[in-house]
Amino acid sequence: MRRLFAILLLAPLGVLAAETGYRLDRSPHQGTDLVSLQSGARTYVSYCLGCHGVQYMRYSGLRELGLSESQIRDNLMFTADKIGEPMKTSLAAKQGKQWFGVAPPDLSVIARVRGADWLYTYLRSFYRDANAASGWNNTVFPNVAMPHALWTLQGERAFDAKQHKWSEVSRGSQTPTEYDATVRDLVNFLVYAGEPAAASRKAIGVVVLFVLGILFILTYLLKLNYWKDVK
Amino acid sequence: MVARLWQWFDSRMPSMALEWRRHAAEYYAPKNFNFWYFFGSLAMLVLGIQIVSGIFLTMNYKPDATLAFGSVEYIMRDVPGGWVIRYIHSTGSSAFFLVVYLHMFRAMLYGSHREPRELVWIFGVLIYLTLMGEAFFGYLLPWGQMSYWGAQVIVNLFGVIPFIGPDLALWIRGDYVVSDATLNRFFALHVIALPLVLLGLVVAHLLALHDVGSNNPDGVEIKKLKGPDGHPLDGIPFHPYYTVKDLVGAVVFLMLFCFVLFFVPEMGGYLLEHNNFIPADPLKTPEHIAPVWYFTPYYSILRAVPPLFNSQFPGVMAMGIATLILFFLPWLDRSPVKSIRYRGPLYKGALGTFVAVFLLLGYLGVKPTTVWGQFGFDTFFFDTREIATWVARVCTVLYFLFFLLMPWYTKIDKVKPVPERVTH
Repeated sequence: MRRLFAILLLAPLGVLAAETGYRLDRSPHQGTDLVSLQSGARTYVSYCLGCHGVQYMRYSGLRELGLSESQIRDNLMFTADKIGEPMKTSLAAKQGKQWFGVAPPDLSVIARVRGADWLYTYLRSFYRDANAASGWNNTVFPNVAMPHALWTLQGERAFDAKQHKWSEVSRGSQTPTEYDATVRDLVNFLVYAGEPAAASRKAIGVVVLFVLGILFILTYLLKLNYWKDVK
Repeated sequence: MVARLWQWFDSRMPSMALEWRRHAAEYYAPKNFNFWYFFGSLAMLVLGIQIVSGIFLTMNYKPDATLAFGSVEYIMRDVPGGWVIRYIHSTGSSAFFLVVYLHMFRAMLYGSHREPRELVWIFGVLIYLTLMGEAFFGYLLPWGQMSYWGAQVIVNLFGVIPFIGPDLALWIRGDYVVSDATLNRFFALHVIALPLVLLGLVVAHLLALHDVGSNNPDGVEIKKLKGPDGHPLDGIPFHPYYTVKDLVGAVVFLMLFCFVLFFVPEMGGYLLEHNNFIPADPLKTPEHIAPVWYFTPYYSILRAVPPLFNSQFPGVMAMGIATLILFFLPWLDRSPVKSIRYRGPLYKGALGTFVAVFLLLGYLGVKPTTVWGQFGFDTFFFDTREIATWVARVCTVLYFLFFLLMPWYTKIDKVKPVPERVTH
């Protein structure tokens, strides 16, 4: 109990360090951009789904991104037989733990935990580190167990912590601008996966508030009418 | 046809019409209710919202440690309209506390807890305490990291009670750590036990109120002056006057409620905490465990009190007393007047300080104890990294002084003469 208390009282120090540790870039994703969302889904299935499931999403849910059932079936559906199945990873948790020391977490709601800016910066902040078990390290998430899954796109980079300087070690298949766009789309998809209802939520909200506004006028007039004789 | 049907009904159960008259059509309420008097009916509205949305959540939620987190996401995605129901319920819990806090503040403003309404107040405080339990049990159900560790911390608070503590904590959890057994019993308490208690207390609160009659912003008893028809001169029937007025209040409330619900359901992590989207992990303690905003004033008090002989019991006791002291409010207040309108500067100052202290404690409770440390500097006698803790300590003392000194400062306070009848 006392230890728990000590953890409780001291833990905030860690938060502060984590918060001030690295400045996050603003994610430029647009939730209404279907092309970006589709590209993000493709990147996710090709580069992420191998280890990280998005098990609370179903393949059929990708239709919301403007994809047809056959498009999903032919291009995106590699870990399931039926379109209604969840987007699980084929990597067993036990095996993942053996490989990385920690089982790669499911990323269905990761955007709601970390926020888009964190993800956008994190995925662009990997660098080569000979001391790390995976050969990779990250400025946003120091000593992260995950290697740079998108390194063939971004290329390898080095980071000088003392001078806070980035340098290129080898070139990837994408230019820095292209890579930023890839990450933007991927983050867009993750934000969508975190709350697929978000878009319709706001649309419905506008209608609800409009109706309540009319109701307010009506009830207010009703009140005025009834209260006329109260002196 | 309808009239005959009603007659048939009325001749067999006349108490229906009788009670309607007693509690609505012929319940005479003061005509000068102001803004602060909306929150009673709003609290009932939110209670209704929570019960109805809760019923629908229960249809798809699974109180099982391996399934709970997933079932909430299932509700958010696969259940048609599920996300609306879930956000209604999660926003509703915060709305409930907001409305109840404002309702309680109204009582302090106008002396609604004073004689002859002490029992109304006592039922009210019981409702508040039950609501805290209800919120605490409900918060475990999504089975996220904050759910889990929040429950762990709160249950452990009972563990520091001397002698019986550890056994008590074990009895509450039903296990040595928060686990599936805990989730199941918290589910039972959240969906049936406490809602029943809550409904019973609300009925008692209203019955007690309707027996003595409502207070008003002037704090005068309208029953003292009655017209030739036997009704209070300054009273108007609750129905239709206050039913139509409260209807306006309800719509305005629903507009604010729906704005949060549809546009900012997480409220920047204050209504739905970010870390609660990580499934509960008994092996990984989160870096910063903070309760939801409505508990944070008391959480601050808990953290502010230093341990004694290596025991956190004093902090836990301070937190407990801070809530239980509310029961004694009607007797601590010795002022000859009820309403703030006729009170002197001492009570006004004390109440203002109390509100500021309560808000400040609430703010500090959501932040780590080092919150103002970055502005600090170390001097030889005082570590300014501790400044937030010291502010919380001062606030805690002020919180208790507001109550403990009340018999004194309300008695010597200069009061203004109270009018015979209500003013507008």
